[in-house]
Amino acid sequence: MSEMRRVTAICNGTAIDHIPSGHALQVLKMLRLDVGRSNPISMVMNVPSGKMGRKDVLKIEDRELNQEELDRLALIAPKASVAIIRNYHVAEKRTIELGSELINIVRCSFSNCITQNSREPLPHKLKIISAEPMEIRCSYCGKNQDINEIVEFII
Amino acid sequence: MGDVITMDDLTNEEILQVLDNARSLLPVAKGEVYLPLLQGKVLGNLFFENSTRTRMSFETAMKRLGGEVLNLSSVGSSVSKGETLYDTMQMVDGYADIAVIRHPNQGAAQYSADAVEIPVLNGGDGAGNHPTQTMLDLFTIREAHGSLEGLNVMMVGDLRYGRTTHSLSHALVRFGAKITLVSPESLKMPDEIVSDLKNHGGDINETEEMSLSIDSADVIYMTRIQKERFPDEDEYNKVAGIYKLTKDDLSDAKAEMIVMHPLPRVNELHASVDSTRHARYFQQAFNGVPTRMALLCRSLGVKVPKKVKK
Repeated sequence: MSEMRRVTAICNGTAIDHIPSGHALQVLKMLRLDVGRSNPISMVMNVPSGKMGRKDVLKIEDRELNQEELDRLALIAPKASVAIIRNYHVAEKRTIELGSELINIVRCSFSNCITQNSREPLPHKLKIISAEPMEIRCSYCGKNQDINEIVEFII
Repeated sequence: MGDVITMDDLTNEEILQVLDNARSLLPVAKGEVYLPLLQGKVLGNLFFENSTRTRMSFETAMKRLGGEVLNLSSVGSSVSKGETLYDTMQMVDGYADIAVIRHPNQGAAQYSADAVEIPVLNGGDGAGNHPTQTMLDLFTIREAHGSLEGLNVMMVGDLRYGRTTHSLSHALVRFGAKITLVSPESLKMPDEIVSDLKNHGGDINETEEMSLSIDSADVIYMTRIQKERFPDEDEYNKVAGIYKLTKDDLSDAKAEMIVMHPLPRVNELHASVDSTRHARYFQQAFNGVPTRMALLCRSLGVKVPKKVKK
């Protein structure tokens, strides 16, 4: 718990623990919390962790992440623990599950994929081929996606 | 369920059933018998990219079975006015009972299938898949060797952009083929496909050298280096003409080995091969007719009689 005390407890909101070390900024981007007006966010990076060696932690005030946001999180931090905080207490623990398909979360990065035409109305769909190691493929064109760059293609 | 977008849409049993039906339909494909199994049905032939064999053989297949064909090409239609594929497909859904689509963008066939109710057959999507070509390739191989099991198959040329080899290799590993992939480094089979083939238990060997494997091959599948898929001409010129198969190269080949090519050929397959017992590419192109007949019947839920009487 000592590393959790590097930031103060939040009254209401979401705490995301066990983010792979150095990935907290990507998580913010994935959750679209990095732009525009947003809630107060506390972040610690590269703190010691019994489970992971080093980890990142995020605390987002006055915002409870919904299932769609948790699905996004699963792409970068599938082993993160998510706690919904209400009145300084953990009200709920949410598990992150990588489903079998990501619908309208990330678009295919392949330049010749039919989904590159932004006027085409059907949803962007990516299939999860394997969780470990993470392998994701466009459901239309079948191209594998580069996991390290996937954050650049969030919708 | 009638869609055929990749070879994953057909089980091995279904593949063999379609090939059996294609064989039954040979007299119809040759025009010796008129069998109007698809009378009253309309095929939408949607070609957003050039085609000779696929388009013509689908049209012949439909007509010889008594069906009608609507042809659409991107030139002279609303596509050239910027219509989305989704909108075009909504029209086709209303006008036709089944559609074949060829499109320069990868994934266009699956996208079309998701957009409409009628069955969609993939006639080639960018550098993606070309499963109806694979079915006629399998038909050709099975007719020559009597079986699809455990063959030694060599694929040569543009394996990166060559969609026919992508679909064919997927199908062949399911029948226990040993596949030798021959290409220059820049035109290697995409990693995700090689990894899929290996995950299916495929015995895959990648090399840049063509001559070493000719003697042990049961099938040599030549492909054209496709100029139109290269981002720039310099890259094309580096590899154009790298493989040339001639009659002399086949002197020690197995007697029953067959040479195939999805055509058109440029200079990778010399005309001297045409007169050898190995040449099978023109037969292969004809085989598109009975195979596509069988596929049209399958997708439209029409039963093919086991014996077609002359």
